[in-house]
Amino acid sequence: MIKKKIALAITLAMTLGIFSGCGTGSGGSSSDEIDIGVVTPLTGSVAAFGKSARNGLDLLQTEINDKGGINGKKVKFIYGDDENKPASAVNVAQKLINDDKVVAIVGPLTSTCANSVAPILEQDKIPMVTGTGTNPKITQAGDYIFRTCFIDPFQGTVIAKFASGDLKAKTAAILYDNGNDYSKGLADNFQKSFEKAGGKILDSETYNTNDQDFNAQLTKIKNENPDVLLAPDYYSTVGMIAKQARAQGIKSTFLGGDGWDSSDLFTVGGDAVNGAYFTDHYSSKDTSKEVTTFIDSFKKKYKSTPDSMAALNYDAGKVLVQSIQKAGKTDGESIKNALKSYSGTVVSGKITFDKDRNAIKAAVIINVKNNDFDFVKKVQP
Amino acid sequence: MIRNSLKRFAIFMATSIIIFVILTFIINQNIINQYDVRILVLICINIMLALSVNLIVGFTGQFTIGHSAFMAIGAYAAAMLTINLKLPFPLSLLGAGIIAGFIGLLIGIPTLRLKGDYLAITTLGFCQIVVVVIQNIPQLGGAQGLTGIPPKTTFAWTFFTMIVTILVIYNIVHSSQGRAMISIREDEIAAEAMGINSTKYKIMAFVIGAFIAGVAGGLYSHYMMYIEPQSFNFLKSMDFIVYVVLGGLGSIPGCIISTAVLTYLPEGLRGFGDLRMVIYPILLIVIMILNAKGISPSKLFKRKSKGRDKDAIA
Amino acid sequence: MEFLQQVINGLALGSVYALIAIGYTMVYGIIGLINFAHGDIYMMGAFFGFFAASKFNLPFIPTLAIGMICAAVLGVAIEKIAYKPLRNSPKLSLLITAIGMSLLLENGSRLDFIFGPDYRTYPSNLLPSQIIKIGALRLDSLHLIIILISILLAALLQIIVFRTKVGKAMRATSFDKDAAALMGINIDNIISITFAIGSALAGAAGVLVGILYSRIDPYMGIMPGLKAFIAAVLGGIGIIPGAVLGGIIMGIAETFTKVYISSKLSDAIAFAILIVILLIKPSGLLGKKSNVKV
Repeated sequence: MIKKKIALAITLAMTLGIFSGCGTGSGGSSSDEIDIGVVTPLTGSVAAFGKSARNGLDLLQTEINDKGGINGKKVKFIYGDDENKPASAVNVAQKLINDDKVVAIVGPLTSTCANSVAPILEQDKIPMVTGTGTNPKITQAGDYIFRTCFIDPFQGTVIAKFASGDLKAKTAAILYDNGNDYSKGLADNFQKSFEKAGGKILDSETYNTNDQDFNAQLTKIKNENPDVLLAPDYYSTVGMIAKQARAQGIKSTFLGGDGWDSSDLFTVGGDAVNGAYFTDHYSSKDTSKEVTTFIDSFKKKYKSTPDSMAALNYDAGKVLVQSIQKAGKTDGESIKNALKSYSGTVVSGKITFDKDRNAIKAAVIINVKNNDFDFVKKVQP
Repeated sequence: MIRNSLKRFAIFMATSIIIFVILTFIINQNIINQYDVRILVLICINIMLALSVNLIVGFTGQFTIGHSAFMAIGAYAAAMLTINLKLPFPLSLLGAGIIAGFIGLLIGIPTLRLKGDYLAITTLGFCQIVVVVIQNIPQLGGAQGLTGIPPKTTFAWTFFTMIVTILVIYNIVHSSQGRAMISIREDEIAAEAMGINSTKYKIMAFVIGAFIAGVAGGLYSHYMMYIEPQSFNFLKSMDFIVYVVLGGLGSIPGCIISTAVLTYLPEGLRGFGDLRMVIYPILLIVIMILNAKGISPSKLFKRKSKGRDKDAIA
Repeated sequence: MEFLQQVINGLALGSVYALIAIGYTMVYGIIGLINFAHGDIYMMGAFFGFFAASKFNLPFIPTLAIGMICAAVLGVAIEKIAYKPLRNSPKLSLLITAIGMSLLLENGSRLDFIFGPDYRTYPSNLLPSQIIKIGALRLDSLHLIIILISILLAALLQIIVFRTKVGKAMRATSFDKDAAALMGINIDNIISITFAIGSALAGAAGVLVGILYSRIDPYMGIMPGLKAFIAAVLGGIGIIPGAVLGGIIMGIAETFTKVYISSKLSDAIAFAILIVILLIKPSGLLGKKSNVKV
């Protein structure tokens, strides 16, 4: 009797699974439209990044379609929310591929989501271009996976060389988020490069994501008195770190990565962040044509200055679109080959791909001064 | 009597095989796409996990809200066995289950002495500790996660492992050990007075539950090809608790249905965007309140037992 | 000197945990519920205070008051809507509802038309932030203020619970709900008052934390909520001075773990403490062992 109920239950359960996809996505690259999927965190812990990314890509979509689209066909970005959760990212990606029949995917935005989606796309032979996933392992998933930003090892090296060579720092301390692979990646690579350049890491401390109190770690660091203090995390956290560090009397120069890039840095950190140096993908003070045009168009549409999330995702989209244009066809293989041989200049600079499908591009060093970001120099790989 | 149960077993197996054949046909003919298959596989894996929690919470009455720790242990163990020791897939799964079960034994012995809410928080704490420990082991990928797990899990694997799990749980519950567990749930002190060694059976349920969760974890990691520690934190444990409670504690068919519905629901609600994660908890609360007032979907599947109809809900 | 500095760091952190822990312990003492949504009430208090301070430019005391009052109202509302119907249900159902409520508060506040998902920053002019130098020690005046306010509120609470009639009713209800009802105590009101007070304290903690660290976001209540809960258990669940003691110990233990053991393990240590306490003395440091009657 109960076994019958169990059997009935299993039947119902499986039926649900079958019908899960029905009725959603119309999809398909029909004859007059090219659908490109976007996997990005529209909700969840980093929803602000996802929204920026969306703004950048919406702008791109308008620009491309105003100029006639790709080879005459309109381009449409179809967004999927991964909530910054790897399991959701996979479901979303699969849905975009199967229901919406996208030809390629831009994103995911975070490295954990990119890592989870990459093997699926590689299996299904759908090209993936992430503009912001910096973990080296992402592109190791296969030939169809590309990234248009530099990877953590490169960024860490740039910061370390700058500290050692330009700032003449001999000692350093690091305070990073152990649960965030971006932060940890930068910290590890900085340590390697700094030591290689002859510097000494006096102390390396960690905290947990969403921690707000760093006083315990900072008191320890203060006693070591390092020349520089690396805080490779996002602006909302490093602002607090800077404030608490200065309150404790730490005099070291602050260093950071592209996560520092946001006008909100000053809201959180106040005056404490002035004097810091960080690496970034591009500087809004850069006077090159690509940057100024992008910033102007963005300001016109959204009435605010674009942050790096918007710029980088715009770039990823643009590289993909230009490759599809060059390929002339929309099957995965052709797009992949076009991407491999891509060479062009986007907002964040000139991009080509190396043999691991990582972007070869320059980084910039920014100096935080007088509540503003000053461009210091460009560092080529 | 034996003929009766043999007959029931045969009907069950026949039905399962028919379902499987139909589904495989549908999958191979591409009537449903990869996205739907993904949901099916996840439903099967979740059913295994929900049943394992049900054994401990629903049948033995022990509040364990950190069970995802065993899923994590199984997931990583199986991945390591496949990648490093190059074991064949079935052996990796078995190994994952054994390792998870063993750790379940180590944890169970000291902590199952605690009761009710205290046990709940301890299991919660254990779950968080496991996550932190994994984050700090570089060989497991740390916070960045573990990539490059070969995709060995197929729908066939998950479906049949799920069927086996259902059979195992059903048989345990209907055995003398199962009756002992139920008696512990109903009134532990009375059970002890009747000569049942409650610690022994609590640990038994816990270890079996951990084993199953470990195997499910192994299936999971070989399906996702990438795992990271935060996906196994206590929020995941809470998912299982919700599946079990909404299906009716101690009801196997109810558990299966609720798990399927709740696995599908976040995907089905995808069109709602931001509101999705608000609707989901509201639904949860509403159903809990309705349950309390005596309106319960699980009543449809509840076993009629002699005497008082004492179900854990309402 | 560094040691003393770390002690102060730990005390400040601990007093925040203490304020939140009191609410947990009071609710558990009265209705036996682990109110998972309590950490989120702390978060809501911080946001209510934020809007008071930034939109209406209110100074410190009104901001604190608004944070506390709004949190109290929210707490009572949650109790009436979600917990009251389940008062006679098994514990696990209540636990699940509490978790559902927690998720609802977190994800609801992230909606654009509520608070939105972004971090917010408290205006910096609410409390004087000065660095007080005593020898080589550098103390942030905010830390001292937080410690003092926590002590004040906890003392106030002790007076209410032990010196007033309402307090007596609360103690009676926590001993034996049914007997108290039989003696003419309005259980519903007492429970509401308990929730109101506990939530108000959590709201106060939220505002204070907002001022101290400046940054608030909808997920800020998860970890502090868990740790405060552990603190309550550590001190003896149901015992108010226990919650304060537990909170302070948790704060200091966490700080010292970060310094002397490893900052990677600070969260794990919190849970390890929990497990050890539960295995050795489950009734907590200040708790009394109670025998289960058959």
